[in-house]
Amino acid sequence: MAQMNLLQAINNALDIAMAENDSALCFGEDVGHFGGVFRATSGLQEKYGKARCFNTPLVEQGIIGFANGLAAQGSTPIAEIQFADYIFPAFDQIVNESAKFRYRSGNEFNVGNLTIRTPYGGGIAGGLYHSQSPEAYFAHTPGLKIVVPRNPYQAKGLLLASIRDDNPVIFFEPKRLYRASVGEVPEEDYQLPIGKAEVTQQGSDISLLAWGAQMEIIEKAAEMAKKDGISCEIIDLRTILPWDVETIANSVLKTGRLLISQEAPLTAGFASEIAATIQQECFLHLESPIERVCGIDTPYPLSLEKEHAADHLKVYEAIKRSINY
Amino acid sequence: MNTDIYKEGPVVHNAAFIDGHSVEIPILKILQQDGTVYDGAELPDINEEHAVKIYKALAFHRALDERMIGAQRQGRISFYMAALGEEAASVGGAAGLEAQDMIMAQYREQGALIYRGFSLEDFMNQMFSNEKDLGKGRQMPIHYGSNALNYMTISSPLGTQIPQAAGYAYGQKLQGKDAVTLCYFGEGAASEGDFHAGLNMAAVHNAPVIFFCRNNGYAISTPSDEQYVGNGIASRGVGYGIKTIRIDGNDILAVLKAVQLARMYALEENKPVIIEAMSYRLGAHSTSDDPSGYRTKEEEEKWHAHDPISRMKSWMLAKNWWNEEQETALFEQLREDILAAVKVAEKIDKPPVEDLVTDVYDQVPEHLQKQLESLKTHIKKYPEAYPFTAGRIK
Ligand SMILES: Cc1ncc(C[n+]2csc(CCOP(=O)(O)OP(=O)(O)O)c2C)c(N)n1
Repeated sequence: MAQMNLLQAINNALDIAMAENDSALCFGEDVGHFGGVFRATSGLQEKYGKARCFNTPLVEQGIIGFANGLAAQGSTPIAEIQFADYIFPAFDQIVNESAKFRYRSGNEFNVGNLTIRTPYGGGIAGGLYHSQSPEAYFAHTPGLKIVVPRNPYQAKGLLLASIRDDNPVIFFEPKRLYRASVGEVPEEDYQLPIGKAEVTQQGSDISLLAWGAQMEIIEKAAEMAKKDGISCEIIDLRTILPWDVETIANSVLKTGRLLISQEAPLTAGFASEIAATIQQECFLHLESPIERVCGIDTPYPLSLEKEHAADHLKVYEAIKRSINY
Repeated sequence: MNTDIYKEGPVVHNAAFIDGHSVEIPILKILQQDGTVYDGAELPDINEEHAVKIYKALAFHRALDERMIGAQRQGRISFYMAALGEEAASVGGAAGLEAQDMIMAQYREQGALIYRGFSLEDFMNQMFSNEKDLGKGRQMPIHYGSNALNYMTISSPLGTQIPQAAGYAYGQKLQGKDAVTLCYFGEGAASEGDFHAGLNMAAVHNAPVIFFCRNNGYAISTPSDEQYVGNGIASRGVGYGIKTIRIDGNDILAVLKAVQLARMYALEENKPVIIEAMSYRLGAHSTSDDPSGYRTKEEEEKWHAHDPISRMKSWMLAKNWWNEEQETALFEQLREDILAAVKVAEKIDKPPVEDLVTDVYDQVPEHLQKQLESLKTHIKKYPEAYPFTAGRIK
C-alpha cells in the first residue's frame, strides 16, 4: 500500500490502463507534457509517447467527437475535459452521440470504450464557471454511466472499472479533494464495482446519502448528530447512473428515514430522482419525509460560497428535522 | 442564387493539392523597438494628447499587473491574470475605437477597460469581490464588466463571446448606430466551435464586428504549434471571406492603425474584419500556473526584448512627448495609488446575503425567496460559520 492523494491515485489508474492496453489514449487540453492543469496525467507522455498522451486544441466538442470516433474504431479513449463547467460545448457529442451510438445502430457500432474524466464541484473559490456539479444533466440521458469517487482508493478502483466498462462513462472527479484527500491505495491493479453504492457506516436512526466530495460533509454532520444520540447510516452512491436502488432502499427499510445531500442546486438535481424512487419503494416504512440538502437554486457564487453550499451544518439541521418530525 | 461564390481559378489537368501555407500573409509593423518608425510606414491617426493617454494606460496596466500578482502571492486576492508583454493589443484596440463601440473581451484585455477609464476602485472592488463590485462579487477576479463603458462582462467559457459579438454588431447595424463591436479572443479560443460559428455568422450576415485575436503563442501550457497547423488565425479569416490583417501586436502604432482602418471599413461596408495580433505571453497563464513546466527561460528572454511599453516610450521620448522625470513620477504615483486602493477594497464588506438570489431572474421568484428565508434563519443560528453575512441579517 502507498499513500496517495486523489490525483496520484487517478494518475496511477491511468498508468495501469495504458500499460495493459496499447489502444488506451489520454488526451485533452494541456494533458500532454504538462500533465494537465491539475497534473492528473503527469509523466504519461514521457512513458507512453506523444501519440498516446497528448494536448488537443482547445475545443471540447472536438475532444469528445474525436474520442467517439476513436472508441467506435476500437481504441480506448480516456478524454479529459479540463473543468466540468466546460463540458457543455461537448454536450451534443456526449448526449446525442456517445449515449446513443449503440442504440441507434442496433449495436452495429458502439463507443463503449469511451471514458470522460472531468473535475467537478465547488469550495475552491472558483465562482460560477469553475464550481459546477453537472451530473444531473447527464443522468437524464439513457446510455451513459456516471461515476463519482469520494477518495483516492475509490478513485483508482472506480476509474479502472470505468475504463474497462463497455459503456461510455463520465467520471466526475471531486477537485476540492484532489490534493486534500490522501489515503492508502494499493499499488496493484484492482477494480470497484460500477453501479453499486457502498454503506460506509452502519446506523439505525437515519440513512444519509451523498456522492463525491459531499461525502465528507455528511460524515461531519453525522459526527455532530452522534453527540445528540442519533445513529446515522452513511451511504456513498458512487455511481449516479445506473444507481443502486436496492442498497439505498434496504438501508431506508432499516432506518425509516433518508437524507440526500448534493452540491448541485436543489431543483431537478439527482437527489430529486432518488427521493421519488425511494418514496415509492419504501413508502410504508418512512417515518418522515425524505430530506434533500442541496445547493440553492442559483449559479454557484464566489464570495457567498459558504452560504450557497449544502454544508455540514445544514445537513445536521436536516437530520434533526427528520428525527423530530 | 449567387453563383459567384464558386470562383473558378485557373483550370488545370494535372491533379495538384493547394498547400494552405502557400498563402502568404504579410504582417504590419510600423514602430521599431528602438522607437523609430520604419521607412515609409504609414502612421495611424494620433496626436500628442492621444499618445500620452495611451501611454498612461499602458503604464497603469503594467503597474496594476505587478502589484496584483504581488497581492495574490500575499494571499490578499484569490487569483489574478496578467497581460505582461501584451498590453499594446488591448490598450491599442480600445484606443482605435470610439466610446460608443462595444468591446467583448476574453479576460486578458483589462487594458481596454483601463483606456476607457474604469477606475482603480472599480478594478479593486471586482478583484476583492466586495459589495461595491459591479458584478456583485459573483465572479472570480478579472471578470470585469461595465455597461457605462460599453465593456461586456467577461464570461469564463472560452469563445462564447465570438458569435455573440457578431449578433451584437448586427443589432447595432439594424438600429443604425454609428458603432461597431470589437471582440477579443486568444489563439487558443479560436479552436472552439464558437469561433467558426461566429465568423461565419458575421460574414454571411454582414455584421460590423472586428474580431481581434491576440496570438500570444500559448493557451495555458499548449504552444500554438499544438493548437493549429495552418497559417495562424488570419488564414481562417480568409477562408470565411472576411477582410483580414495580421499585425505586430507589440507595436502600438500598428495596432492603432489596424483598428482605425478596421472600424472605418466595418462601419462603411457593414462587414466584419479580423485582426491577428502576433505577440507573446511573457508571464504565467494565471497565478495558478507555472510556465517553467512547459517552456524555457531563454524563450521568454527573447521576447522581453520586444516589450511594447518600452517601445512606445522610446518613440514618445524621441518626439519630446514624454521625458524620464514624467516616467519616474508616473510609476511611483501608480504604485502608491494601487497599494492604497488595495487597502481600501479589502476592508469593504462582502455582498449581503440577499445578493445571492437576485439577478438569477428579473424578479426573485418565490422558490428563491423561500430558500433565502430559510438560509437566513439558518445563518442566525450559526453566525460564526458565515462571518461575511451573519452580522448583517435583519
Ligand atoms: C470552454 C473552455 N474550455 C477551457 C477553459 C479553460 N481555459 C481557460 S484559459 C485557457 C487557455 C486560453 O488560451 P488563449 O485563448 O490562447 O488565451 P491566452 O490565455 O493565451 O490569453 C483554457 C484552456 C475555459 N475557460 N473555457
